[in-house]
Amino acid sequence: MEPVLQVRGLHAAYRRTKVLDHVTFDVMPGTLTAIIGPNGAGKSTLLKTMLDLHPRLGGEVRFFGTAYRNAKLKVGYVPQRGSVDWDFPTDALDVVLMGLYGRIGWFRRPGRRHRELALEALDKMGMADFAKRQISELSGGQQQRVFLARALVQDADLYLLDEPLAGVDAATERAIMEMLKTLRAAGKTVMVVHHDLQTVEDYFDHVLMLNRTVIAHGPTTEIFTQDTIARTYGGWLRRKERVTG
Amino acid sequence: MMGLSHNALWVLASMLMLGTAAGLAGCFAYWKRQSLMSDALAHAALPGVVIGFAILGFKSLPVMLLGAAASALLGAWAVTAIRAHNRVKEDTAMGIILSVFFGLGIMLLTMVNRMPGGGQSGLDGFIFGQAAAMVRQDMRTMTAVAAVVLLVVLISFKEWKLYLFDPAFARGIGLSGRLMEAAYLTLLVVIIVIGIQAVGVILMAALLIIPAVSARYWTNAFGTMLALSALFGGGAGVAGTYVSTLGDGWPTGPFIVIAAAGIFLLSLVFGTRKGLFVKAMQRRAQMRRLKPQAVRRDPLAEGEALP
Repeated sequence: MEPVLQVRGLHAAYRRTKVLDHVTFDVMPGTLTAIIGPNGAGKSTLLKTMLDLHPRLGGEVRFFGTAYRNAKLKVGYVPQRGSVDWDFPTDALDVVLMGLYGRIGWFRRPGRRHRELALEALDKMGMADFAKRQISELSGGQQQRVFLARALVQDADLYLLDEPLAGVDAATERAIMEMLKTLRAAGKTVMVVHHDLQTVEDYFDHVLMLNRTVIAHGPTTEIFTQDTIARTYGGWLRRKERVTG
Repeated sequence: MMGLSHNALWVLASMLMLGTAAGLAGCFAYWKRQSLMSDALAHAALPGVVIGFAILGFKSLPVMLLGAAASALLGAWAVTAIRAHNRVKEDTAMGIILSVFFGLGIMLLTMVNRMPGGGQSGLDGFIFGQAAAMVRQDMRTMTAVAAVVLLVVLISFKEWKLYLFDPAFARGIGLSGRLMEAAYLTLLVVIIVIGIQAVGVILMAALLIIPAVSARYWTNAFGTMLALSALFGGGAGVAGTYVSTLGDGWPTGPFIVIAAAGIFLLSLVFGTRKGLFVKAMQRRAQMRRLKPQAVRRDPLAEGEALP
């Protein structure tokens, strides 16, 4: 089987600080991977650099065997919830519709079929009752679910999610994980920037442990060990103890 | 508006178009959190206008407007450059460019006014605006350009909404960020350039900023906000221009700003979404709903003494 994502020797920096140093890994189709690492390890930067949202200083990234610009519609990206202004005057359904813009075509208006697709996606995230709700009036968890619904309607083959479970309620966390597992069952590939070490083994079949460079990468059962956690988090002993002790 | 001369009607019609276009572009600047950018661009246009006049030695609007566009874009580039290579924040960079370019413009203007024939250049009109000084050709240009802006916004409404709400996602699904950024800047510069003769470089930004902010008080839908902002901009343009033509040599810009400020005050108080009046009414209704409960739970009402 061909990998859906190949990253070779990726380098990136913020001003003069190197954030990604020779990052290399392959992702196989149908996997659900957690990207974990301490604050400042370059998790979000890795996603942004792969998607050409952050300048790449070196290395190569291939999606489905080609450059990102040729595979855009096959890749669904869910940025961090805090990356947009939720005071923007629009409702939940409208945000989900944005996921269809690529398919609707530029300069064309969305039709009734598109609206139905968007409603369906909201329903899958348990948000059908909030379709006409102002996005500023949604809770953090609900906003995250709207973002996920927008990714769903994109009908991509590879999903990259930046901390979708950060600061959400238990119901949202369940809804999101259910959705990700459904996607995997449908043969899609999912990568998630994750921060909660305690749920890694329950939620993800693969794990990419990152601290500026790849510390370990592979099936969770094989590589998510006390040793690799210690190497990834270095001085973050307190967390390590909480997970392994 | 009976009794207005044919020319005055032309002036009002072109100001309506300008205000409408400015109201639309102002919404974009508002959601890019770059309201001050329009102010910096307008001020930065002045040196270009004066240089355009100085090179030719006589007044030619197309050349002066070309100069205005060039120096406004130079200003925009300078803001980006200052921010990219230093730890200076964007508003600081805009503050620097705004004052430096305006200072340079005034300095050049003073020099040009001392040149033979310079006193009658009418360049002073570019500072506070002089709608009455426009000739028919200027008004035609203004109306045509404003109509194009309107058309662009109508056609690409959905693209603007996506780009303004979530630019990273927009790029992800193939909407070029660079293209949208260029389109946004072009729109802003074009409106400023066609507007400065009538409204003036100092106050041009008000026509871009105030209608958008006012519209925000009335609606929670982006499309409605655009429409209202266009309406407010057009209204302020017409009302301010009309009043300014009542006096001889009255500048147009200040009257437009006062008209826009009136719309803003009304919106601030009576706006149906975030207006102060509506908020106060909602608070009162809420208090009334909560009151009976509060009384029932009052310990004194049940004969208990306070500790």
